[in-house]
Amino acid sequence: MPLLSRTFIKAGLIYFIAGLTAGVLTVGQPVLNLPPTFGVLYPVYIHLLMVGWVMQLIIGVVYWMFPKFSKERPHGSDRLGWIVFGLLNAGLILRAIGEPLNTLKPEWNLGWTLAISAVFQLVAGWAFVVNTWGRVKER
Amino acid sequence: MPRLTVWMVRTSLLQLGIGFTVGMLMLFNKGIPFDPAIWNLLPIHIEMVLLGWTMQLAMGVAFWVLPRFSAAPRYGHERLGWLAYALLNGGLIIFVAGTWINGEWLSFVGRAVELSAVVCFAVMIWPRVKALSQSSS
Repeated sequence: MPLLSRTFIKAGLIYFIAGLTAGVLTVGQPVLNLPPTFGVLYPVYIHLLMVGWVMQLIIGVVYWMFPKFSKERPHGSDRLGWIVFGLLNAGLILRAIGEPLNTLKPEWNLGWTLAISAVFQLVAGWAFVVNTWGRVKER
Repeated sequence: MPRLTVWMVRTSLLQLGIGFTVGMLMLFNKGIPFDPAIWNLLPIHIEMVLLGWTMQLAMGVAFWVLPRFSAAPRYGHERLGWLAYALLNGGLIIFVAGTWINGEWLSFVGRAVELSAVVCFAVMIWPRVKALSQSSS
């Protein structure tokens, strides 16, 4: 399994745990008598699971298993693959920290974290599309 | 990769790009508000990334990798697969249109069309979910 695939999948596993942890805290708020503010974790829970875990698992396996791009570059652009990893994870981490804080502490003016997170994840998503497109073929 | 898989995966990649773009607009707006109406895009974002990207990718890859029959047609009733592809993406477009214009009935029809796509796919793929030693149908 190529290094990039292993990195994506292992990172995904960490997000799997982190996401479910956020999910436990969200739904456990009334049960565990946590402050109602824990409800701000709901979008974090969803996106850590769907983007952090599911999407990174998909990217890792696709990068490994899809038909070769070419003999010289079987995985397409390795550099673009690492850029996808960096931007996607930076965006997710920014979101996981900034989204709850932006709601709970608006006076801290952390809206910029969400704006940057949005741009990072958008670029990562399209970069993945571009890097994968050429490997989706009949032969 | 069979042609149906190519079409499903490429379409799912486009849905990923567009779905991410819609999501990005909402997240950006959450941090630096520019248009409160952006939140109306939430159901579209969810439909595109869940059904258009994730489910469609899974369907396309399943069609490719699940055990094939030893005799032709090796992939099973491929026409049902193409029908599923058309219904899924057609239903998604109808749902998006319905959500955009606040048309509840249109959104309902879109979702129902997506359901029919899934039924077609399940019927097509069911016999391929088998142990390798089983004979072909």
